[in-house]
Amino acid sequence: MTDTWEPRPVPEVNPETEAFWRAASDGEFLLSACDDCGLVFHYPRSLCPDCFSEDVDWQQAAGTGTIYSYSVSESVSGWPEDGLPLVIAYVELDEGPRVMTNVQDVDPDDVEVGLAVEARFVPTEEENVAVPVFVPAE
Amino acid sequence: MSDDVYIVGAYEHPTREAPDKSTMQLHAEVSKGALADAGLSKDDVDGYLTAGMPEYEHGFAPLIMADYMGLDLSYADSTDYGGSSYVSHVGHATSAIRDGKCDVALVTLAGRPRSRSQSTGTGVRKLRTFQDSFERIYGATNVPTYAMAARRHMHEFGTTSEQLAEIRVAASHHAQYNEHALYRDPVTVEDVVNSRMIADPLHLLDCCVITDGGGAFVAVSEDVYEELDRDGVRVMGHGETPSHHDAGRIDLTRTGAEQSGQRAFAEAGVTPDDVDYASIYDSFTITVLEAIEDLGFCEKGEGGEFVEGGTLRAPDGALPFNTDGGGLSSNHPSNRGGMTKVLEAVRQLRGEANPEVQVDADVALVHGTGGDIGTRHGAATTVLGRVDR
Repeated sequence: MTDTWEPRPVPEVNPETEAFWRAASDGEFLLSACDDCGLVFHYPRSLCPDCFSEDVDWQQAAGTGTIYSYSVSESVSGWPEDGLPLVIAYVELDEGPRVMTNVQDVDPDDVEVGLAVEARFVPTEEENVAVPVFVPAE
Repeated sequence: MSDDVYIVGAYEHPTREAPDKSTMQLHAEVSKGALADAGLSKDDVDGYLTAGMPEYEHGFAPLIMADYMGLDLSYADSTDYGGSSYVSHVGHATSAIRDGKCDVALVTLAGRPRSRSQSTGTGVRKLRTFQDSFERIYGATNVPTYAMAARRHMHEFGTTSEQLAEIRVAASHHAQYNEHALYRDPVTVEDVVNSRMIADPLHLLDCCVITDGGGAFVAVSEDVYEELDRDGVRVMGHGETPSHHDAGRIDLTRTGAEQSGQRAFAEAGVTPDDVDYASIYDSFTITVLEAIEDLGFCEKGEGGEFVEGGTLRAPDGALPFNTDGGGLSSNHPSNRGGMTKVLEAVRQLRGEANPEVQVDADVALVHGTGGDIGTRHGAATTVLGRVDR
């Protein structure tokens, strides 16, 4: 497991996303849920991208899902050597949204579409910012 | 006065690596080339469109270039959604001309990513957009994300790397006849699947080239066209759409070509069966495969079988494509290959393609896929028709 996220790119926090990153630093994956039309979505936004309602609340995700698709890169310019090969994936969360992430703690040869995974949260040097990644479910 | 709009000037810069030129200079050189091809002068230009100078990471490109080239304009457009931009510009220029905003629309592309050693597709650049904090932080650049689309297509439909390779094989077959192509040696399916893996399942030869250079075309009103001697092509139909992550419902096997193609075909009054030649954006082999399905040349999921057996090869394949060698083998200037897609379609309809790959074409389709089908992309489709004076 990666101890800290650096020297990878660290997310930029804005007023709309601050709660998401703060929750991640507390070990929770937050989705956005529209109180009007019921859409559960990712990435976070203040207005529902289906009905434009501003009644959008946070919903804690279970943090589990399956791999929708993935790729394996042997080299990524600007990426730390010890992070290679890099598995980039869309994980389809149990709540529905497909979220981009890395799949870690696994031999890339063992990754496959449909693999059950669960979230882990990697700290950054910012106190209230951690990055969600996924590992094979126990 | 009819509403018809014609592309009458077309010029592709012969360079593929231009360390000694500025980007502005390349824009101006291709402008000069396209205007000369049309039989027009700079003073005739009253509309200007460009997706800009992405290497400078700022907008204002129409202002910068209008100033640099000394243009006197009544219309300008800087739409940039990546590689599809220049296919969009055909539609935007057509609308502007029909609306009477301009009569002679110059459209230019130029850039120098090769000289600048830009690691397009695999480099983790700085975070720029809101979405980058949810995507690029994971190393999600174009190759790994297009690779995810390929993986999902393989998973759902059984598509193989060998089938994707057929697309590069056809492009390379065409490139051997293009003296300006960056890579002119024909490759085999084995060459593609045995080339270095960039982002599994995409190999090096599944990826387009990175080149300097540019191109330009000139779209004109019917009144202007009638004053000119040069053959043009008629803009028959156009459609476009930005397609995106859709709040987490993204389907990596489908692109905005479904919508843009339908709109373009409807406006043109033709169907995929009527298309004699197709320029299809080829940032990666999977980009072509999904577009072929989404444009309706075959059913969803059957693209792999469709491209087998030389379907895409000119002059005898059922759907000759990218007869200049495309972005895969010839040219992808400024990482915005929609321009060269338009230019080769114009060559085909005018009978000016390389003789070995010339198709007897009345109707050509041009399709652009810009940005990233793994996250969000622009899709733009234009149908062009031959005109005999």
